Amino acid sequence: MAELRNMSVTDSRTRSATRRVTAAPDTVISAENLTLGYGSFVAVRDVSLDIPDRKVTAIIGPSGCGKSTLLRAMNRMNDVVPSANVQGRLLYRGLDIYSPRCDSVELRLKIGMVFQRPNPFPKSIYKNVAWAPKINGYRGDMGELVERSLQHAALWDEVKDKLHQCAYALSGGQQQRLCIARAIALQPDVLLMDEPCSALDPIATARIEDLIDELENRYTVVLVTHNMQQAARVSDLTAFMYMGELVEFDATETMFTKPGRQRTQDYITGRFG
Amino acid sequence: MVLVQGEPSTDDEGDRAMTTRVRWAEQLIRHALFACALLSIVTTAGIVWVLASESFAFFREVSPFEFFLGTRWAPLLEPRSFGILPLICGTFLVAGGALLVAIPIGMGTGIYLSEYARPWVRGILKPILEILAGIPTVVYGYFALTFITPQVLRPLIPQTEIFNVASAAIVVGVMIIPTIASLCDDAFRAVPRTLREAAYALSATRLEVSTRVVVPAAMSGVVAAVLLAFARAIGETMAVTLAAGMTPKLTLNPLESVQTLTGYIVQVSLGDTPAGTIEYQTIFACGMTLFLITLTINIVAHRVLKRFREVYE
Ligand SMILES: Nc1ncnc2c1ncn2[C@@H]1O[C@H](COP(=O)(O)OP(=O)(O)O)[C@@H](O)[C@H]1O
Ligand SMILES: [Mg+2]
Repeated sequence: MAELRNMSVTDSRTRSATRRVTAAPDTVISAENLTLGYGSFVAVRDVSLDIPDRKVTAIIGPSGCGKSTLLRAMNRMNDVVPSANVQGRLLYRGLDIYSPRCDSVELRLKIGMVFQRPNPFPKSIYKNVAWAPKINGYRGDMGELVERSLQHAALWDEVKDKLHQCAYALSGGQQQRLCIARAIALQPDVLLMDEPCSALDPIATARIEDLIDELENRYTVVLVTHNMQQAARVSDLTAFMYMGELVEFDATETMFTKPGRQRTQDYITGRFG
Repeated sequence: MVLVQGEPSTDDEGDRAMTTRVRWAEQLIRHALFACALLSIVTTAGIVWVLASESFAFFREVSPFEFFLGTRWAPLLEPRSFGILPLICGTFLVAGGALLVAIPIGMGTGIYLSEYARPWVRGILKPILEILAGIPTVVYGYFALTFITPQVLRPLIPQTEIFNVASAAIVVGVMIIPTIASLCDDAFRAVPRTLREAAYALSATRLEVSTRVVVPAAMSGVVAAVLLAFARAIGETMAVTLAAGMTPKLTLNPLESVQTLTGYIVQVSLGDTPAGTIEYQTIFACGMTLFLITLTINIVAHRVLKRFREVYE
């Protein structure tokens, strides 16, 4: 894992660019017969899927079907739950995420996360964005990194005159974009988003959706959402989960126009959920 | 009731009697409880009144100027002198030294309890902390005098006096560790889990999460904890009198003996000073000074704590 910390973003870009010469798109995260549980309770059962590079992959399904559990396994955020357990394999660019060789702290340099509710630190806007690069020993121009991150999160124009004000003074939607800026300041490879718009109003939601469209060029995005329109609007691929199992995983267009399974069809047309 | 006009049922009457009885009992309890509350207020007011009036009598004899700015405290010996600064100096020297001991250990314990300890370890440690807080303070004083000074300090630094600030500061520090640890633990646990998750997801280690997110977010809680512990250290009497001695002295040397405000009050209260004399009144002036110091610290601490609660609401 040590090489992950040193590997600059451009390295991984060129590597994936050369690999893309092969017919199939690159797989960034790959689950192989993955089963996740809390104690004896099984939350995700026997899931296998490949998440492709530089695409938006949506995970949809009714509440409690295991979307968050699956997503949080990808950057080992489940480690903080003492009863959480894992079977099967989960690979990040070939590295087994749950092997002893993988250090969760270093893994999270490459796999960032945005949460359901905006959770900025009670610090200034600037310090929020600079926080992670600083503790990870970033040696470049911090001011420039903060500006670039805020620009990529489509927040720069709104906050450039009040960088040193407390982040809590921002609106919910702005706070969520700040959290995205904070995550991309580490220049990650993958961004995991767990229902990033569920606490936001429709206008703020639309802005985040536009942002996700732009992020796709730079990052691999895995987006959990219970909002099917959102999945249809922003994602390239969609995985449908139901009661801990992966029912279907395909191109978003296929999933929403001619799904292969009856259950997917029922969910998408709103017959349950 | 309207249905059975003019002929109220017996049931109904019974109900009413019962209600009246209950009401009456409730009134009684209400008044009794009010009396309890009143009693504690009256007691406090009475204490403040005695302090104030005796201090007033004192200040008719001794000018406040001499009292608060004089640098020699010798109210019992000729030539007399009523400068309280040596006592205040002794008090703050011991209490400040106690904070030097208690802040790092108390905060470290708080961080361990809230961020590192598994639930069962926590379940054992918290009660132990409370036991530590329940040890009679005279035991701490005895421990300082018979162990810390002769077995620890004097072998290290031979010129240490038998009674000295350092041993008092160490035991008072140990005494207030539970206060700081427990209040810090509460303040740290009040930091929302979502902030910790945000930090972990940004590749922070547990130590970075603790020191760079949890502690700063709970800073006002930490400050309040330290202030409350400080007020306790200033009011501490028995251990300090036993360990630091009874030599009023304007000094910063922790190896010397000093006297604190509380220590002086004990000395005079235990002696045979006749009531009404100026020597007797000094203890009320000292008591008033002590009261004002701890009151100020407590008010500031509660202000800080209140601000802290508002942050996450
Ligand atoms: N920390 C936990 N401990 C025990 N059970 C949990 C925990 N988190 C989630 N679960 C359970 O796992 C299942 C899946 O939860 P989750 O992954 O949060 O679903 P979703 O995100 O799709 O709503 C639910 O039944 C939930 O009750
Ligand atoms: Mg969820």
